[in-house]
Amino acid sequence: MNALALNEIVADYGTQRVLGPLSITLARGERVALVGRSGTGKSTLLGVMHQHWHRQGVALMPQELGLVPSLSVFHNVFMGRLARQPTWYNLASLVRPFRHDVAAIRPLLERLGIDDKCWTATGELSGGQRQRVAAARALYQQGDLLLADEPVSALDGPLSEVVMTALTQAYPTAVLAMHDVELALRFTERVIGIADGAIVIDAPSRTLRAQDLLVLY
Amino acid sequence: MWHSATVRTSLGFVVLAVACAFLADFRITAHDPWGELGRLFLGLIQPDFTAVDYLGEAILRTLAFAFVGVSLGALVGMGLALVFHHRTVRTACAFVRAIHELFWALIFLQFFGLHPLTGVLAIAIPYAGVFAKVYAEILEESDPEPSRVIPHGTGVVSALAYTRISLAWPHLVSYTSYRLECGLRSSAVLGFVGMPTLGFYLESSFSQGHYATVGALLLLFYVMIATLGLWVRPRLLPLYLIAAPFLLGSGLPIRWQNVSRFFTEDIVPAPLRQGEGLTGLMTWLGELFATEALPGIWNTLLLTQVALVVTGILALALYPLISRHFKGRVSGALGHTVLVILRSTPEYLLAFILLQLWGPSMLPAVVALAIHNGGIIGHLIGRRSNEIALRQDAPRGLERYAFELTPRLYGPFLAFLFYRWEIIMRETAILGILGIATLGFYVDSAIQEIRFDRALVLIVITALLNIGVDILARWLRSRLRLRHTATSEP
Repeated sequence: MNALALNEIVADYGTQRVLGPLSITLARGERVALVGRSGTGKSTLLGVMHQHWHRQGVALMPQELGLVPSLSVFHNVFMGRLARQPTWYNLASLVRPFRHDVAAIRPLLERLGIDDKCWTATGELSGGQRQRVAAARALYQQGDLLLADEPVSALDGPLSEVVMTALTQAYPTAVLAMHDVELALRFTERVIGIADGAIVIDAPSRTLRAQDLLVLY
Repeated sequence: MWHSATVRTSLGFVVLAVACAFLADFRITAHDPWGELGRLFLGLIQPDFTAVDYLGEAILRTLAFAFVGVSLGALVGMGLALVFHHRTVRTACAFVRAIHELFWALIFLQFFGLHPLTGVLAIAIPYAGVFAKVYAEILEESDPEPSRVIPHGTGVVSALAYTRISLAWPHLVSYTSYRLECGLRSSAVLGFVGMPTLGFYLESSFSQGHYATVGALLLLFYVMIATLGLWVRPRLLPLYLIAAPFLLGSGLPIRWQNVSRFFTEDIVPAPLRQGEGLTGLMTWLGELFATEALPGIWNTLLLTQVALVVTGILALALYPLISRHFKGRVSGALGHTVLVILRSTPEYLLAFILLQLWGPSMLPAVVALAIHNGGIIGHLIGRRSNEIALRQDAPRGLERYAFELTPRLYGPFLAFLFYRWEIIMRETAILGILGIATLGFYVDSAIQEIRFDRALVLIVITALLNIGVDILARWLRSRLRLRHTATSEP
């Protein structure tokens, strides 16, 4: 399978249409930024994509991050590969992590600057730290496609660069909902602008400047 | 104030209880009740700890049965909680938990005899039903988001362990440790029907008039429950769980022919056994209803309604003991100790003691039920009152109690009280074993006469009555819009 396609999809919230009908085709190896005002349907679109494609090795980074606050940073990152090991191995890791898993996860945490928090429960971390844990989980998962909703919204300049670089290196195919237009243009090949649940811009990133996207806001 | 549905409902309950109190049998028949009570207090003040083996065995067995029973119940309950959305599982759990531990013990005693399995199952089975329901509610309330990010293809068990169970873990642990405390009480009470736990030793010390030993047993029991948080540590728990099954004692061996006879003969209604057919069965049931079930139900209901209202009054009177808004009146530590003692004494044990002292009537039962349940609810709303912030110039003393705190606490108070309604009824029925004419009395008599068919029908009737009250309480809670979640349970 080469291309990922959504055909004439819609999403309703109660009786109100919040998205579509719209169609999108993603090529493998193509990174797409979803931009637009908040509440225009970016998160909904990501949710629909996840629904359609979750069997195809998708790593999901929702806006709420989906962390388990009572588990340590290590375990939250480890969850990215739960599907690869047998159940007994996962349960044993919950009680006592295996050394080579720790050795595999440590460098990821180091790269994102949270290795000192390896054994801290994620419920005790700050917003920015939690966001990096969710990013580390996606990196560790090594899926075929990344769906991320505002992956760096809680991080400041240099850190958001680090996380974006790591995520885009690990995932040549990705859909990233972002509100930082500059960052979106730099780290993606294609920009899809959404307004009122419909696609209003769909163009290669190199042909666009930040000002061109201002119409969306 | 008289227009509020909450107040009118409460008044209705009070009026009903007063009417019931006129119909019920309250008297003191013992010839020297206060002298006996005095000797018991003397025993508590001058306890005799010299019989170390005797006391040690009582405590050890009580702990062992509680640990094995509760852990088995928790394990099975967790399994059931995961499939709790099936109607059959929900119904079976409701039925299983509507039957009191002592009834389960009486049933198992008939075919396992005095084997440890009897005590273990008597705790594990009803507890599994409770755990299943509460665990399911706790898991239900956990955040669904992490389950979405789990990679596709993850096994069901791994996904559960890493998301829902991990998310709910703190709540699961705190609820389970609360139930362990209940399990210790249940285990102690199982001694009254012959298990080698605290109740057994208490009963024999009482019958010999050794009040100093009774005092020592009671004090050890309170210390054991009060210090639970100190010695039940996550790191030590595996050790306890491994050791407990070996400390249950040997009891008597199981005779398997008794087991098969129980199911194929004993519990088959007599007319069917004797080939009298359906008409015989109907007459048998009709007779059982008229002579035992109806009087039993009547007395159970009378006693429950009186006990419920007295419990409520006591709880409202007791909560200031641990409320920070009334400090200075009673020193905090003393208030806490009083409430801990009240709520950690099982109703059955209290009723047993009071019956010894005052003679048989409904009075000891009402007092025992009110003290235990009033202590629990008083503790819960007292703790709730500490979350309330009063304005700086709030009135003091009785005005503070009547105008500031009680009106704000009345909703949660009623929610807790309705929640315990079913528990009070379950206990009321069981107190019949001590000689008060509630349903348990007729169950126990039927068992004494080796008429297990009748006993079983009466137990099922008791269970249905409990389920009925539970449904009524839930309806009242939703009508009065009283919020109730799994974690608001004591």
